[in-house]
Amino acid sequence: MPKAFTPKVVTANHLLEGDVIYLANDGGWTRRLEEAEVLMDEDYAAVRLGEVESRQSEVVGPYLADVTVGPKGVQTTHFREEFRKTGPSNYNHGKQAEAV
Amino acid sequence: MYQYSDFDAAYVAERNRQFRAQVERRIDGSLTEDEFRPLRLMNGLYLQLHAYMLRVAIPYGTLNSGQMRQLAMIADKFDKGYGHFTTRQNIQYNWPKLPDVPDILDALADVQMHAIQTSGNTIRNVTADHFAGAAADEVADPRPVAELIRQWSTDHPEFQFLPRKFKVAVAGGKIDRAVTRAHDVGIRIVERDGQIGYEIIVGGGLGRTPMIGKTIHDFLPEADLLPYLEAIVSVWNLLGRRDNKYKARIKITVHENGLDEIKRLVDDRFALIRPQFSGVDQALLAEIKAQFQPPAFRNAPEDAFAAAYDADPLFRSWADTNLAEHRAPGYAIVQISIKKHGDTPGDATSEQMRVMADLAERYGHDELRISHEQNVILPHVHKSDLPAIYAALRDVDLHTANIGLVSDIIACPGMDYCALATARSIPIAQQIAVRFDELKLEHEIGDLKIKISGCINACGHHHVGHIGILGLDRAGVENYQITLGGDATDDAKIGERAGPGFSYTEIVPAIERLVKAYLDHRTSKDETFAQAYTRLGAAPFKAALYPEKEARANAA
Ligand code: SF4
Repeated sequence: MPKAFTPKVVTANHLLEGDVIYLANDGGWTRRLEEAEVLMDEDYAAVRLGEVESRQSEVVGPYLADVTVGPKGVQTTHFREEFRKTGPSNYNHGKQAEAV
Repeated sequence: MYQYSDFDAAYVAERNRQFRAQVERRIDGSLTEDEFRPLRLMNGLYLQLHAYMLRVAIPYGTLNSGQMRQLAMIADKFDKGYGHFTTRQNIQYNWPKLPDVPDILDALADVQMHAIQTSGNTIRNVTADHFAGAAADEVADPRPVAELIRQWSTDHPEFQFLPRKFKVAVAGGKIDRAVTRAHDVGIRIVERDGQIGYEIIVGGGLGRTPMIGKTIHDFLPEADLLPYLEAIVSVWNLLGRRDNKYKARIKITVHENGLDEIKRLVDDRFALIRPQFSGVDQALLAEIKAQFQPPAFRNAPEDAFAAAYDADPLFRSWADTNLAEHRAPGYAIVQISIKKHGDTPGDATSEQMRVMADLAERYGHDELRISHEQNVILPHVHKSDLPAIYAALRDVDLHTANIGLVSDIIACPGMDYCALATARSIPIAQQIAVRFDELKLEHEIGDLKIKISGCINACGHHHVGHIGILGLDRAGVENYQITLGGDATDDAKIGERAGPGFSYTEIVPAIERLVKAYLDHRTSKDETFAQAYTRLGAAPFKAALYPEKEARANAA
């Protein structure tokens, strides 16, 4: 049996702002993990990553990050991704400050 | 202080013009990130976790008030109203936006500052003793030498593609305040029979394989400095392991080839290139030295200081803790702690920067320094001005009396900002400082250096802390390893690992047990943590860190 695939999102930093962004369903970028397109299949994940790798003038360093999907929606699996999603812990700066 | 020559100003302006065009080409899509990355790194621009980060050099840690005010202006206009001072005497802005960076660099150039060679595989910002020109124990001011090396190394054609980064530190005192033994090359100015010369230390460095530098020349004549340095860098440039990033630093080259072999190669190379140095460098050094003349110290009564010292216990505590001995009578070196308990080590707000700039201008011969310990120094202050300075610092929360104490922690940005991090450092530093402040034990504990890094790269110098903390990622969870017995001074030592790491919630209580064990075991208040550790060894400290293990051993 093939190994279970961990769901992924495509994430990167925005070229101009430098902040963390995620690929959405419509192929645009969102700043909120909750709005990211969750990729449930390995081949499709590779395709989506391949697509954005050519969008050099929008983003820097796109990659696939692991997530889980549960009752609370999309969640990160590693603390590094959790910090990227939230912002630094010493000031209310970054995403946590922008959240409405 | 050194003033840019026309050449310097034109050079920086031209570099900024080039970078502005490179940024434009990146934004319009003509440059890919792979093409742009090396260009931005050459100008100190990183991409971190949440944003870009611009690292600005503060050569040999020296600033004037105008420069400090400009740093504050940049923090307000282009960032979030603060800056972070680092262990390499740089300031980092954590939130610049790419299109603004060329304007920031121009604003820096307006006050003779830049971000060149603060990154990449080049000779980095040359650091120096932060008490330069002021310390009572000084042999000679290290800054002219540091400036000479900066000019020689900037865009040096032979050294633009080194195997890795290369860090140089210069110390001019009898005491080493520049951690010269933890640098690729450390230079100590020494005096022998009335002659000034240099002790050259090579192959130190922290990071994955920490090494204490070794003396390759114990008394290099002044005039031989640049050719000798050039010989060292070029020997390493050829031998350095470009096949493996972790083995590329000169410390590994020295370790693998042995000091004797390196010395032989350096001597050969030196003999070859020495004649090419016609003395222009020495003429230049003389010109630079003339720009670092000591200020005109004044002769004035110190009564105001004595009166405040007797009357105000808070001022007294601050004076006892934060002042250092100056070489001129009636003067003191003021160390401003930017590590208020619970604040981020090394961060200063724009308002605080402006106050420090004003104080330097009004009372401090217009000089400020940034220390590798992430504090700010007013190097030349007459003692009679100290009460007024203390009052002004108190108004902006810069009066914490904790220099050299348990809460004066070096901490790198860690995973709150750094893309390379494996764990956070800042909140650990904040919590330790707050905890010991609650316990009101800080002054009782005395001299103790805690240093924290958020990954093996060791920007927080954890290996040379009396207590070092290294944050790691263990199976997706933050984990903190403790090292003990390190030393950053003349007897530089790498700390030893104490044992298994601690979780994020366990690490602060573990440090508390460790420090309490020291208080229990010391012979008197005069025996520092470092001395107690040297006398007792690791055993009693490990017992305090791992009480369960101790209990099991006793039961068995
Ligand atoms: S030690 Fe690691 S985490 Fe800390 S600043 Fe350096 S590279 Fe980043």
